[in-house]
Amino acid sequence: MEFGLSEEQVMLQDALARFLSGTGGLERTRTFAAGADRRAPDVLQGLAELGVTGLIIPEAHGGVGLSLLDAALAAEQLGRFVAPAPFAGTAVMAPLALLKAGDAGQQATWLPKLASGAAVAGVALSEITGARDGAGVEARDGRLHGRAQFVVDYEADLYIVADRARGLHLVAADAPGLTRTDFRTIDATRPTGELVFDGVAAEPLKAGDGPAAVRAMIDAGRVMLAADTLGAAQDMLDQAVAYAKGRVQFGRSIATFQAVKHMCAEMAASLEPCRSLVWYAGHALDHLPEEASVMACHAKAHLSEVGTFVARTATEVHGGMGFTDLVGLHYWFKRIGFNRQVLGGPQAVRAEAAALQGLAA
Amino acid sequence: MDLSYSAEYEAFRAEVRGFLEVHRNQAPGHGGNGLTWQKLLIENGYAARTIPREYGGYGAEPDILKSRIIAEEFARAQLSPGLGGQGISMLVPTLLEVGSEDQKRQFIGPTLRGEMLWCQGYSEPNAGSDLAALTTKGVLEGDEWVINGQKIWTSTAHLAHWIFCLVRTEPDAPKHEGISFLLFDMKTPGIEIRPLVDMTGAANFNEVFFTDVRVPAHQIVGRRGEGWKVANAILRHERGSLADPNVMQSRLNALIDLMKAETLDGSRVIDNPVYRDRLMAIQGRVQALRCNDLRLLSAAVNRQSAPLAGMVVKLQGTELRHELEGFAVDVMGELGLLYGDTPRLRGAGSWQRDYMYFLGLIIGGGTSQIQKNIIAERGLDMPREPKLARA
Repeated sequence: MEFGLSEEQVMLQDALARFLSGTGGLERTRTFAAGADRRAPDVLQGLAELGVTGLIIPEAHGGVGLSLLDAALAAEQLGRFVAPAPFAGTAVMAPLALLKAGDAGQQATWLPKLASGAAVAGVALSEITGARDGAGVEARDGRLHGRAQFVVDYEADLYIVADRARGLHLVAADAPGLTRTDFRTIDATRPTGELVFDGVAAEPLKAGDGPAAVRAMIDAGRVMLAADTLGAAQDMLDQAVAYAKGRVQFGRSIATFQAVKHMCAEMAASLEPCRSLVWYAGHALDHLPEEASVMACHAKAHLSEVGTFVARTATEVHGGMGFTDLVGLHYWFKRIGFNRQVLGGPQAVRAEAAALQGLAA
Repeated sequence: MDLSYSAEYEAFRAEVRGFLEVHRNQAPGHGGNGLTWQKLLIENGYAARTIPREYGGYGAEPDILKSRIIAEEFARAQLSPGLGGQGISMLVPTLLEVGSEDQKRQFIGPTLRGEMLWCQGYSEPNAGSDLAALTTKGVLEGDEWVINGQKIWTSTAHLAHWIFCLVRTEPDAPKHEGISFLLFDMKTPGIEIRPLVDMTGAANFNEVFFTDVRVPAHQIVGRRGEGWKVANAILRHERGSLADPNVMQSRLNALIDLMKAETLDGSRVIDNPVYRDRLMAIQGRVQALRCNDLRLLSAAVNRQSAPLAGMVVKLQGTELRHELEGFAVDVMGELGLLYGDTPRLRGAGSWQRDYMYFLGLIIGGGTSQIQKNIIAERGLDMPREPKLARA
């Protein structure tokens, strides 16, 4: 019985943290947010060198062959450093789609490219976790029609697209008939947008059970976003505690005031059990199939709620400075906000958790 | 990460399960009585497991996983895990740690067997969160302590044979260094007990008054002035045990059953999405605390530390349980108001009672606000409030 991280897992987190702070941390995020480039090739390259892009891809396909829990630990670090890098789509959901539904040729073509960072894959299935504006994609005679919004890792070279029947398709970013419309969101660290398919020729992933692959992708994607929020919220809490210790008012450090201390204690008390929940949900993805989907829903919904609470409270501990761009806390605040809505907001995900347990009418 | 149990532990689990099947009809509530059940559990190593044989325990090596398996299997079989109470959960570990050989031999055995019930004399009217401010006085006269003062929130004082009690014996020492830990018989002349009825209607608490209570000098645990240290070693233990997430899980299951059984305008409450959303939010939080508990168990087994994970249990657990019970009252609506011996009562009134009872636990054993101070100061290393200059 061991419920904790191995030495290798701690080393993976440390190595990733060293790299992300070495690239400039918040400053790198700021230049990315301010610049016109929608990709940060230096960050992607570094992640590829650390094996992060190929974390769950088998060694036979050029990856590292680690678990989805390891991927969640990587996502946690990316959230902690508000890193401008694709991950949940290209490093987790797309490889899962190829591994579970792709044939040998598709796997051999794409997995090594994803592992090395030579290609980035976006994932277009948000309509399955809640369609807005009537979005949705239909497959007819090998061609895709319709719209997909809020593509995960949208700045990509290829897309994995789920149609309404939960069939999966592979589409090149420059495929004829595919129109991309960039979105601006609150979160400047992870670009997203909309794909319009006007009879786009697509390559189906039909070697496995499509709907089961879609289920696995959604579960894993949700745990990655929850882990990202865990890292971001933990960093906001750490920043709030450090700020409170250094800030003097009424002749004393504001960290001595119980009003301030209790805000920090409430953040820590809500957040600390979340760490174990994310570990468990990440472990369940690979090892506890009967619990995996429900636990992914709970991790996503609960981390969204706790993340939102921490984002607001940590900002408040900083007083007026928390509201400014000077401190830059808003990058974390917005990252947590993005993670909350993508792949299903907390209310939608809780409704799904109930349905998965047979509790819905 | 490996959530499986090795063959040794799976075999142990089967053994516990087998024992419970064979002896089920000897358990309290199933035909047996509490004292003989306790004796049977000690003989088989399912109670007082790690307490040495010479003091009346079973004498096994400490094994956190085996203890956990025992707790899980008794809960699963819905059978009593043996006697509890403050004597067994708090005094016995204290005596094992710091008691004299005579004290261990005199008190541990009868306490484990349920022949000797104890109450805890800690809190006072003016020493609650600031427990070390206690003023009940003990003065040594010859070979006796003479005790005067008052205790409050003394659970089961009206049933207890003996009390373990914090008394100020060194009035000139700094406040944490002037306290001693004394043991005495509740039949000693000069003790008056007045019941305190709480908001649930029960009278488990008492006020206890001491007027010239004379206690033999040797009935002290540890040395004079060391009482604070003696008491503190086990206070931490009490905080965690007030919020067992596995009990929370069974309460959550009962809540789901309640929502399937109760109707609102002819439809099951579980079919109403507003109530269902709230249920799922609570379930998510219960899961988070269960995972946190798993982490603490694993850390204890593998000798790792997860201090913050331990510090949040009392705060989060009691708050969540209070909310869960209160939500069940909402599920029943007006029917949730029913309390006591009355028609149409659900679940013997347990939801309403536990809703109130857990407010008591939010306050007792270190209030939620004190827990937040502990988390901030010990967990997050935030500075203490500057002490006021003495007037």
